[in-house]
Amino acid sequence: MTESSATPELRTIDTEAGTIGNVAGPVVKGINMRGCRMYDVVQVSDERLIGEIIELDGDKATIQVYEETDGVTPGGPIYLTNLPLSVELGPGLIGKIYDGIQRPLPNIKEVTGDFIGRGVHVSPIEHDAKWKFTPLAMVGDKISGGDFLGEVPETTVVMHKIMTPPDVEGEVTWIAPAGEYTLEESIAKVKLVDGTERELTMAQKWPVRRGRPFKKKFDPEKPLITGQRILDTFFPIAKGGTAAIPGGFGTGKTITQHQLAKWCDAEIIVYVGCGERGNEMTEVLQEFPELLDPRTGQPLMNRTILIANTSNMPVAAREASVYTGITLAEYYRDMGYNVALMADSTSRWAEAMREISGRLEEMPGEEGYPAYLASRLADFYERAGFVDTIHSDDEQRDGSISVIGAVSPPGGDFSEPVTQNTLRIVKVFWALDADLADRRHFPSINWLRSYSLYLDQMVPWWSQEVSGEWPKLRERAMVLLQKEAELQEIVQLVGPDALPPKEQVDLEGARVIRENFLQQNAFHKVDTYCPPKKQVMMLNIMLDYYDMIQGAASKGVSVERIKSLKCREPIGRMATASNEKFQSLFTKLHKEMREEVRDLTGGGA
Amino acid sequence: MMSDVNKQIEYTSVGEVSGPLMVVEKVTGVSYGEVVQIKAPDGSLRLGQVLEAGMDSAVVQVFEGTRGLDTKLTSVRFIGETMKVAVSKEMLGRVFSGTGKPLDGGPEIIPDKRIDITGEPINPSAREFPREFIQTGISTIDGMNTLVRGQKLPIFSASGLPHNELAAQIARQAKVLGKAERFAVVFCAMGITAEEANFFVKDFERTGALERAVLYMNLADDPAIERIIIPRMALTTAEYLAFELGMHVLVILTDLTNYCEALREIAAAREEVPGRRGYPGYMYTDLSTIYERAGRIIGKEGTITQIPILTMPDDDITHPIPDLTGYITEGQIVLSRSLHRKGIRPPVDVLPCLSRLMKQGIGTGRTREDHDDVSNQLYAGYAEGCDLRDLVAVVGEEALTERDRKLLKFADIFEDQFIRQGADENRTIEETLGLAWELMSTLPKEELKRIEVEYIDRYHPDVKKASKASK
Repeated sequence: MTESSATPELRTIDTEAGTIGNVAGPVVKGINMRGCRMYDVVQVSDERLIGEIIELDGDKATIQVYEETDGVTPGGPIYLTNLPLSVELGPGLIGKIYDGIQRPLPNIKEVTGDFIGRGVHVSPIEHDAKWKFTPLAMVGDKISGGDFLGEVPETTVVMHKIMTPPDVEGEVTWIAPAGEYTLEESIAKVKLVDGTERELTMAQKWPVRRGRPFKKKFDPEKPLITGQRILDTFFPIAKGGTAAIPGGFGTGKTITQHQLAKWCDAEIIVYVGCGERGNEMTEVLQEFPELLDPRTGQPLMNRTILIANTSNMPVAAREASVYTGITLAEYYRDMGYNVALMADSTSRWAEAMREISGRLEEMPGEEGYPAYLASRLADFYERAGFVDTIHSDDEQRDGSISVIGAVSPPGGDFSEPVTQNTLRIVKVFWALDADLADRRHFPSINWLRSYSLYLDQMVPWWSQEVSGEWPKLRERAMVLLQKEAELQEIVQLVGPDALPPKEQVDLEGARVIRENFLQQNAFHKVDTYCPPKKQVMMLNIMLDYYDMIQGAASKGVSVERIKSLKCREPIGRMATASNEKFQSLFTKLHKEMREEVRDLTGGGA
Repeated sequence: MMSDVNKQIEYTSVGEVSGPLMVVEKVTGVSYGEVVQIKAPDGSLRLGQVLEAGMDSAVVQVFEGTRGLDTKLTSVRFIGETMKVAVSKEMLGRVFSGTGKPLDGGPEIIPDKRIDITGEPINPSAREFPREFIQTGISTIDGMNTLVRGQKLPIFSASGLPHNELAAQIARQAKVLGKAERFAVVFCAMGITAEEANFFVKDFERTGALERAVLYMNLADDPAIERIIIPRMALTTAEYLAFELGMHVLVILTDLTNYCEALREIAAAREEVPGRRGYPGYMYTDLSTIYERAGRIIGKEGTITQIPILTMPDDDITHPIPDLTGYITEGQIVLSRSLHRKGIRPPVDVLPCLSRLMKQGIGTGRTREDHDDVSNQLYAGYAEGCDLRDLVAVVGEEALTERDRKLLKFADIFEDQFIRQGADENRTIEETLGLAWELMSTLPKEELKRIEVEYIDRYHPDVKKASKASK
């Protein structure tokens, strides 16, 4: 077994408990296992492969193993840890890339080289690194779970609060003075309610399958601004909300997820690459340290945690990766941060469940998925939310987790179980459309099929922070786009020229919005992020353009002449106008556009 | 851990033979994934692998078929290690069977190493992101779905379409501009016909590529079950050539559909709960352990680029095989029957094609600054032209506007000049982009909305002519 700075728990286990009885892929059956608990972590064979107990039957236990089991022999030992699958929480999480069970991939690389070997036990966060600790609690303070003991600047943008573990309640008898400490050193002593004293370090553990506690869940009220026009303006997601992006391959799920991870205004990003491509994770890993967050000016990696369990990595660890991700997200939420979690893709997670379930010979539900698929999905999405976090004083301390899950429906068919069960839970649906992707309309989110149930809740924020016109503009644009879809059906039959001028102008108005507002180039240095103010101004100008040409048409100006207006081109290039100077540019453009159309009617009348 | 004790023991306790599987009873110390040597009653030797290891029994999949095995005389020996392939530099120019035996009449190779064929996943943090443009000389690929080194880009074909010709042309012409490097081809046939296999061998011979190629052959009449291991042998060889000998390896796998059929056969024999259309629920994971073995590694000179070929049953792209493949690979090249019928070769239907790594592999310093814009414009123009064809079928060409007529015409010449290309026509990227500009110049200049104004000024043939005239 290879070992490098293993956690204390891992070092001490040597109690051999059971014997391997049967091996079939990632599922191992153990015998003589009486006394172990469901979901306890065990180590299988002398290679100490990490596994988790998922079924008990008398003295037999079924174990899902998080590593490849080639070469494992019945009769070999099974070691117990008597701990559920847990993550280690503390400073040093940000900027890391983990596998599905929180092993840092670069550290695995140090042990087994360029390929991922087996039986590697590495510590999730460095135990010997020194962190600059500033105490926030004082001796004599009565504290309970979630209360801040101190803080540590984790990166240039993240102030990591050292919190009292949720199960600790008592009085501070000692707190470390400001200074540098490792995760092994204690930073506080607490006299617990039962009279015993407990030493606390900056690190704590939490089982991944159990949500961390909070005081109260509220309705979300602020949007998660993503800088993506179709998302922010048309189908907004709230901070603390849930969204699903289903789409066949090549429709842009991953690019949308990457865009959100790059530009959304959450303070912490947890990106879970669950059963997807290795190169995609590498891209994030190589790109994020170089990209700057538009709000803080700091590298995006300074607020990001990556979890990469690619498709060819062990399937059981893929099943765990989603839980690992959300637990890390909850930990930062408890500090009072807005966290956004991207899970790409939840279908691969569901498939991992199906694979394990199949090996257990459970009775299958729809399409071979286990019957508990719906409840597992619901459990996961329900861990999102806008909450008052736990702490002992009465003042509210807000934190949120927004979850955006990609779904990969087979054949792009949304009627399959994972998509359907997800849509029953999430509040925002961004429907990706292969037709749009084929014609390179990106993001290829279908504006007629998508929806957001947060619209009404977002109105106060937009009105206050951006513009009171937002709800009206949005609605008018949607009506126009809907009209276009209806007209297109007629055009398919009779051709565009057979329509009356008014309808032809409708098409022109919708085209402008479709091509220049809904489309957004993720690879363009300016267009990749569109600030909310710019979004509103763009839509305002486009709808004004539509109103004016409709007015011109009603005065008898021919559609041909409208389509030869010079202002059409600058409108088409609004998206790429600099994000700093767009206001003056747009005001000028708006004025010129008005004058040009006025001349048209003046000359034509 | 695996024991060597079993190596000596010959079990004759075969309890059950069913399909490609065999259950051996009263065994001890058998490991999961262990290789099994089977001696049939007629004395012939076969290979198998343990699929399920229990305390006193083992389920074995037999690679060379179960025909002729019985439950009385058949004897089984567990050899105490997982499936390995012997690799060496001498493999270049050689042909091997699905179990790694030489098929070309030559001697067994003297192995430099014996490597486990399952392979371990490349650590994502050890990967180098693929960015090096590979010029295939085929306009639809280079111009619109660029292949880069370390990518896995499958060809989605269907029966009766010339995917083999396309794959051979790519293998022949692929090169990285301005570099002379060590290059190798690993070719893996899974259940294809002898004729198809001959086509590749002849093509490799004709162009001299054979001496830098390793061929693994499992033909249509070879045991189906071998198709499970043969791609892994080929990829293990490729990994050795790439990451230990520093070669740039192009792996052609054909035909993945046969591989998936073999996978289904085993799943059915094991009475597993089937997923979609009877394919096992773990097919995605299984396919990914093949496709994800493409890539580049930081600090390693060699690379593995994969071109898997699969035939879509009934031309259906939503069938589980192309569907799951598309979710794993970095794009796809799709061949179209309707283009083939029109006599356009290679019949690449660009609209559903995609190369996910294109954006990072093109542009200033890699291909040309206008490449991305040109590609987008070609897509937009061709897509609209194709839509208009449907409209024309209903309302007639007269009902179209001047602009629409031009787009319609554009779609036609695009197919005829850009997609159509000779089997030996090797277009440089400059030629491909030049041709694209030539075709786009038939459209009104203000229609070229996807292209930055400065590129139009620099590359548009009319502008070029005008500036020449003024000089």
